[in-house]
Amino acid sequence: MTDKEIILDRDDLDDTVDIEEIAGDDEETEVEEPVDDSDSDDDGGVTPPGRRSRAEKMATKQRSISISEFFAKNKQLLGFDSPARAVMTTVKEAVDNALDACEEAGILPELHVTIENLEDDKLRVTTLDNGPGIVKKQIPKIFGQLLYGSKFHSLKQSRGQQGIGISAAGMYGQLTTGRPVCIISRTAPDKPAHLFELVLDLKSNRPRVVTDTEVEFPHDHGTSVSIDIVGVYKSGRHSIDEYLAQTAVANPHAAIYYDGPRGSLVFPRVSEQLPPEAQEIRPHPYGVELGMLMKILRETSARTLSGALQHEFSRVTPNVAQKICEEAGVPISRAPKRLKGEEIEAIHKAIPKVKIMAPSATAIVPIGERLMRRGLAREISDAEFYISKSRPPSVYKGNPFLVEVALAYGGELKGIVDTSEMDDRSIAGIEFDEEKTVAAALLELPGFTRKKAGELADKAGVARRMRVKKLTDDEFEALRVTYNEMSRKEAKSSPAQIIRLANRVPLLYQQKACAISRAIMDINWRRYGITQPKGGFPQGALVIIVHLASVWVPFTSESKEAVAHYNEIISEMKLAIQLCARELGNYLQKKDKLRAARERKDIFARYTGELARAISNITGKDAVKIQELIETATERYTIANFETEKPDMEAEEAYQTPKKSKSTGDGEDDASGDEWDTDGNGADADTDDQAGEAVEEGVDDQPDDDPGDGEDTDPDDDESGAADEDDSDGDDSDLTPEPSAASRGSLAPKSHGKKRQQSLFFDFEGDDDE
Amino acid sequence: MMNKKSKRVKFLINQMAETTLKELELQKNPLLTIPVRALSNTVFNEEEGMLKMGDSTQERLFFHQGMAKKFMQTFLVASACTELLEVDKTTSIRDLFYMTKHTLSKGENTFDEQDESDPIIEDLEVCLGTLREDLHLFASNKGTMVGNITVVDAGDTINCRRVGSGGWGIPSIVEDHVIKFGKTEADFILLVEKDAVWRRLNEDKFWKTHNCIMLQSGGQTSRGVRRLIRRMHEELGLPVYVLVDNDPWGLYIYSVLKQGSINLAYDSIRMAVPKARFIGLSSFDREAFDLPDVVTISLNKKDEARARQMMEYPWFADKKWQREMKKMLDSRVKLELEALSARGISFITDIYLPQKLNNDDYLD
Repeated sequence: MTDKEIILDRDDLDDTVDIEEIAGDDEETEVEEPVDDSDSDDDGGVTPPGRRSRAEKMATKQRSISISEFFAKNKQLLGFDSPARAVMTTVKEAVDNALDACEEAGILPELHVTIENLEDDKLRVTTLDNGPGIVKKQIPKIFGQLLYGSKFHSLKQSRGQQGIGISAAGMYGQLTTGRPVCIISRTAPDKPAHLFELVLDLKSNRPRVVTDTEVEFPHDHGTSVSIDIVGVYKSGRHSIDEYLAQTAVANPHAAIYYDGPRGSLVFPRVSEQLPPEAQEIRPHPYGVELGMLMKILRETSARTLSGALQHEFSRVTPNVAQKICEEAGVPISRAPKRLKGEEIEAIHKAIPKVKIMAPSATAIVPIGERLMRRGLAREISDAEFYISKSRPPSVYKGNPFLVEVALAYGGELKGIVDTSEMDDRSIAGIEFDEEKTVAAALLELPGFTRKKAGELADKAGVARRMRVKKLTDDEFEALRVTYNEMSRKEAKSSPAQIIRLANRVPLLYQQKACAISRAIMDINWRRYGITQPKGGFPQGALVIIVHLASVWVPFTSESKEAVAHYNEIISEMKLAIQLCARELGNYLQKKDKLRAARERKDIFARYTGELARAISNITGKDAVKIQELIETATERYTIANFETEKPDMEAEEAYQTPKKSKSTGDGEDDASGDEWDTDGNGADADTDDQAGEAVEEGVDDQPDDDPGDGEDTDPDDDESGAADEDDSDGDDSDLTPEPSAASRGSLAPKSHGKKRQQSLFFDFEGDDDE
Repeated sequence: MMNKKSKRVKFLINQMAETTLKELELQKNPLLTIPVRALSNTVFNEEEGMLKMGDSTQERLFFHQGMAKKFMQTFLVASACTELLEVDKTTSIRDLFYMTKHTLSKGENTFDEQDESDPIIEDLEVCLGTLREDLHLFASNKGTMVGNITVVDAGDTINCRRVGSGGWGIPSIVEDHVIKFGKTEADFILLVEKDAVWRRLNEDKFWKTHNCIMLQSGGQTSRGVRRLIRRMHEELGLPVYVLVDNDPWGLYIYSVLKQGSINLAYDSIRMAVPKARFIGLSSFDREAFDLPDVVTISLNKKDEARARQMMEYPWFADKKWQREMKKMLDSRVKLELEALSARGISFITDIYLPQKLNNDDYLD
């Protein structure tokens, strides 16, 4: 983890601290409530009548709060609000750091995550990476001091941002178990591996080294971080398993090995190629807030306004700077530091009116359409349709960002972690209390009521009152199988699984608050043939991955769980999702047509034999030959029409916006950039509408059986009493004229737009955007 | 051996099959053109006083989800008729239903109910332009006859004056190769809707005292009854009187006899009796014959709707019919023929009918 550079002043590393002392510190440093009792004052002042206290007296209680103290009291801000989440956050921070370090050093990451049960409710979380290692003197600061890092001050895509995460994890461990963080790191084969045990002084936000020795290390270079925490290991949703699986999807170049209390998982790498290194860039003028602009202009070293704009912002050429100044009515030669507030405001207003090139995409590194799809296909191998799309880079608040989306649809999506392969007595990742009865234990399953639990036990043929520990393996298996069946049935109406990624980091919590969720819910999925309750998530066997890559991901809080709602970001997300959804819609439409064609074929096939025999009987000709004749003709009138049509490449291209072909694609971005289109979605929105219509057209394509106009029929004779007589004409449908063959879409597929014809089965190897 | 008519029908069926084969060879969607049997395609020919089928046709395609089965069924029926023609045998439409009912795959049957096969037979009739009789099919016998006439039924001479209380059963096929008329003295024909009323009249020997032929149809008239009446009316020159309940349904029985049914409009020319006379019960009879209110039945909603619907039919457009039906709707009651018995067990024989006939109190 060499990415942490020296930014803060040096600290004496040899200072050690007693663990007891730290615990005591913790008590002491609590910020006390103002005390009501004025009699205890010892400064001799008198509190005026009717007042509770005086400024002087209150001043004695006012002091600075260290950042460490603050976070110790506000653990939820960092994602340590519950024992289960604490484990997750610890793993997450360690993995983020390891991946960032590997990538920066240009090493294909190999991570080993281990979670061991210690005594009581303590767990040991260890991550071992093959990264560059950390130089000895930096280790204490990186792991023992909050807000120490290399990433906060740069505008560049990375997982970690503020340098809080891993030290906060260590701090949490220290607070709950009283044990120090253990770090082993080695930077090169010829150098020794150093083992540090660190504690964080909450008052001073300074690390103290407890142990510092040289030890053996299995790798030539790399870092191992081990933190003991009080935590709860959870399976299923929000589990480490799920997090690591999603991490593997987001990082196809990483190999991840996991040893948990309940078994092991391996996520081999999908790609042997490191993503290109993200470059650091200056902010882009579009979207820069007024306050930020003021700050930049005040602090710039440039002497002229033009120079400041060019120097402090990316993509501002002399020409662009001049245009901005002209638009704002401010001379280009003005000294930036002397600009008046109104002038800066005018400049701020002028910026959007000037065409400025897109920020360099080199600062953001997408996963890439192909790798996203492959990663998804590896984790969810049994879907019937995969699709992924990347949007060209866009900008919010001067920060370039890019959205990528992948969808998996259909088949029997088991969810990203197939817990059925885990070797234990659990259902849906939940391990039951062996002492409980079956009916009571099953209540722990997500969404299970007493009634449902009973139903499951009954269906599986297991006595409800039996204790879990008395279940045989077969009986347990029966429960598991039955549960899977039940959940599969429910899956049709359960919401799609949403995987949110920000700079390749899975976001597991606060799904509702996230801009990604907003974007997904804002889309009319019904248009694409997916069920969706009003204003809700789409439903069915659908997995949606949305990746937001940006130099600065705007999170709603420091625990980094939900992307903030920026219109620019939501709009790009929607466009990317719609690109995928449209392809999915086309696929479903095609599938529907095929199914309808097959159904039709079935119908005709059912009557072919009878018809052939009847005609043979009448004409005296060979029934077998007649049957063959009918079967041949059947082909022409059913499926043949769809199978012979080739996918239309033109249509495929039509989906891509012109700028896309240049500026995106597996990180090989063109640094020159393209014309920037700030609102950039007008044209896309239009094409989307067309696609929607295409889908709707398709629905109408079914042959209409009976127009069913009852008015033509004659109900007169129903009561004639002559059951076997002429006047029974209840069968109105048959008597109604049918549309002529030519006007029926069913037999004339030419009527729907060829433009939208696509290959049915998406070949995810074949349509590379590289 | 097949007679000339049978040969012709067999040829028509064969032609239909060959056309389909040709279409299949050309990979066309096989098509049967079937005249539409519905009100929309029924024209009232005022000149002839009967309903006739219009020119609308429907297309029945094999390669069409909604029509494939009916297409197959049509050929199934045609195939069975070919067999009947070849062996020169006649069978009932119920029999045909069983002849053609097979199980297809997945428990689906070619036909589930006779209700399904009967319309297919009618489709085939209109499609080929032949009659059911020519396809060697008949319905079960329905209707009886008694009166001053002798008929020859399949070679057996039937003296309808001596057919007891049950009368002679009218066969389904009454074409002249089956039924021939012998000696008759009757002056008119009386069709009674109800068997019970017909029995009353027969017991009272009404046909003897009034020198007529009496038929009962047991509700709506079958093709056999209609064709027989038409033949007697035409060949023997006898006027036809119709005696039905005083309700819309009774009136429609008269209507079908008079100008044909919507469903079988193509057959009207052989069956309709445009000059048939409606003798009763009229809505005005309640007052004319002083029938007590207690024997009336209130019109239900269905009755009223049906009456209003019939008032729209062009063949009931005439003032006298409008008046008749309006009277029924206004009085809001209907009368069964049996209501006449309120005035005495043989009131219908002794007073009602004679009086109506004598006064020429009928509608036509």
